Amino acid sequence: MRALAPLGALGRAVLRLLGEVGRVALFALAAVSHVLRPPFYAREFAQALVQIGWLSLPVVGLTALFTGGALALQIYAGGARFNAEAVVPQIVAIGIVRELGPVLGGLMVAARVASSIAAEIGTMKVTEQIDALVTLSTDPMKYLAAPRVLAATLAVPVLVAVGDSVGVMGGWLVGVARLDFNGAAYLENTVNFLETWDVASGLVKGAAFGFIVALMGCYHGMHSSRGAQGVGRATKQAVVSASVLIFAANYILTEVFFAA
Amino acid sequence: MIELRGVTKAFGETRVLRGVDLSVPRGTSMVVIGASGTGKSVLLKCVLGLVAPDAGEITVDGRDVRAGDRDAFLARFGMLFQGAALFDSLPVWQNVAFRLLRGALKRPRAEAREIAVEKLRRVGLSPDVADAYPAELSGGMQKRVGLARAIAADPEIIFFDEPTTGLDPIMAGVIDDLIREIVTEMGATAVAITHDMGSVRQIADRVAMLHDGVIKWTGPVDALDASGDPYVEQFIHGRADGPIAAVR
Ligand SMILES: Nc1ncnc2c1ncn2[C@@H]1O[C@H](COP(=O)(O)OP(=O)(O)O)[C@@H](O)[C@H]1O
Ligand SMILES: [Mg+2]
Repeated sequence: MRALAPLGALGRAVLRLLGEVGRVALFALAAVSHVLRPPFYAREFAQALVQIGWLSLPVVGLTALFTGGALALQIYAGGARFNAEAVVPQIVAIGIVRELGPVLGGLMVAARVASSIAAEIGTMKVTEQIDALVTLSTDPMKYLAAPRVLAATLAVPVLVAVGDSVGVMGGWLVGVARLDFNGAAYLENTVNFLETWDVASGLVKGAAFGFIVALMGCYHGMHSSRGAQGVGRATKQAVVSASVLIFAANYILTEVFFAA
Repeated sequence: MIELRGVTKAFGETRVLRGVDLSVPRGTSMVVIGASGTGKSVLLKCVLGLVAPDAGEITVDGRDVRAGDRDAFLARFGMLFQGAALFDSLPVWQNVAFRLLRGALKRPRAEAREIAVEKLRRVGLSPDVADAYPAELSGGMQKRVGLARAIAADPEIIFFDEPTTGLDPIMAGVIDDLIREIVTEMGATAVAITHDMGSVRQIADRVAMLHDGVIKWTGPVDALDASGDPYVEQFIHGRADGPIAAVR
């Protein structure tokens, strides 16, 4: 019987994981249903838009700028191995708008926003502010989760669009300044090459990632255990789970959108 | 009328409530006393449905608290939390007027603010604090803002979790008077938790002593000194030795 002990432990871990997946799925459904049903808290939604969208612009922009620049250098070096240096504008553009713009943008938002949502809601939980909301006849899912989830789902695609433009610009800057590309020709190549779906698919990914980020922030915040340690753990779990889920969702969406 | 019958609640291994029976008649003020960590706060949260009891039944005016319309039920209550539990993202007046700014009791903003300022005055806070944020206030001031929020919508039933802990004696007296006034003038039903025997005598109609997860003694406040109950005796005289262990 003793030999079976590790199996038992594995079984328990799997069950725990399945339980957690179920709870997150129910939480997601509840959040979506609260987004769709009144009352709507416009003030909280507006604040969430500013926090999640507007204030994330600098970090998403800087990430995209440097990534676009580095990508141009790498593709130039790689392309040179088979005399294809000229593809830099096209490959930078497709790499940024399809993959790196949404994924890196999503990750930066996960770091910035999932953490702050989890810390804020977790603190509210351990200081009984969530209990206080309930006694004041206000549903915490509706008042706290719904505005943040909606704001992130709408704001992250916009951030991705900005990141796409800045990323392409990063590639352009490096291309023109370091790799002797003609500025106008670089841009023309980029624009002619990209198809609408290249960009749109990245924006759809952005919406999915925004949803994931806010959902994980709210979920872990609301399930924070007691004390400062509890909030710390909730914050960490929010960032880790949001990041991993972003990668997983990115693979699934890429498979759905582009698999031959 | 609030009635608890055989209410039990455990957190993991810790059995906090082990069969609490208590009734609070309408329009009276009940004070619950008992050592720290005996589950007084948990008891109030069970009534409000914030904590789900493991067994037992809790009714308000004969209706089970977990059945029926939660919003309508909660609209009858005001609650002062032990740690005040103010929303730190909102200025003080919006905390106090929270119920009046949204939902069924919604009023125009200016009117809600006026009511908030008036309630703040009743708990001894000047209108200047209305626009401050909770983090800018001292603990005692936060407590009083929490009290103002609890009474803002003139509830029928009010729970006070340690309303005077952390206040200076003068302010504690003001708050005790206020609680008494709310019960006698507004006819509210009140349940207060306190460790301060001065407060107990000031605000209680009846007293209940919680220990070991059960109500050890309950009776009118006048009978407190002649209770003959060793737990109550030890508690009200603050003795280190007696049936209540000093190390818990
Ligand atoms: N949400 C909770 N999770 C786990 N334990 C809790 C929770 N709430 C209260 N407790 C425990 O229940 C006991 C009673 O707590 P409480 O009602 O706050 O005591 P008090 O009588 O001082 O108000 C304590 O041991 C506390 O640690
Ligand atoms: Mg307590």
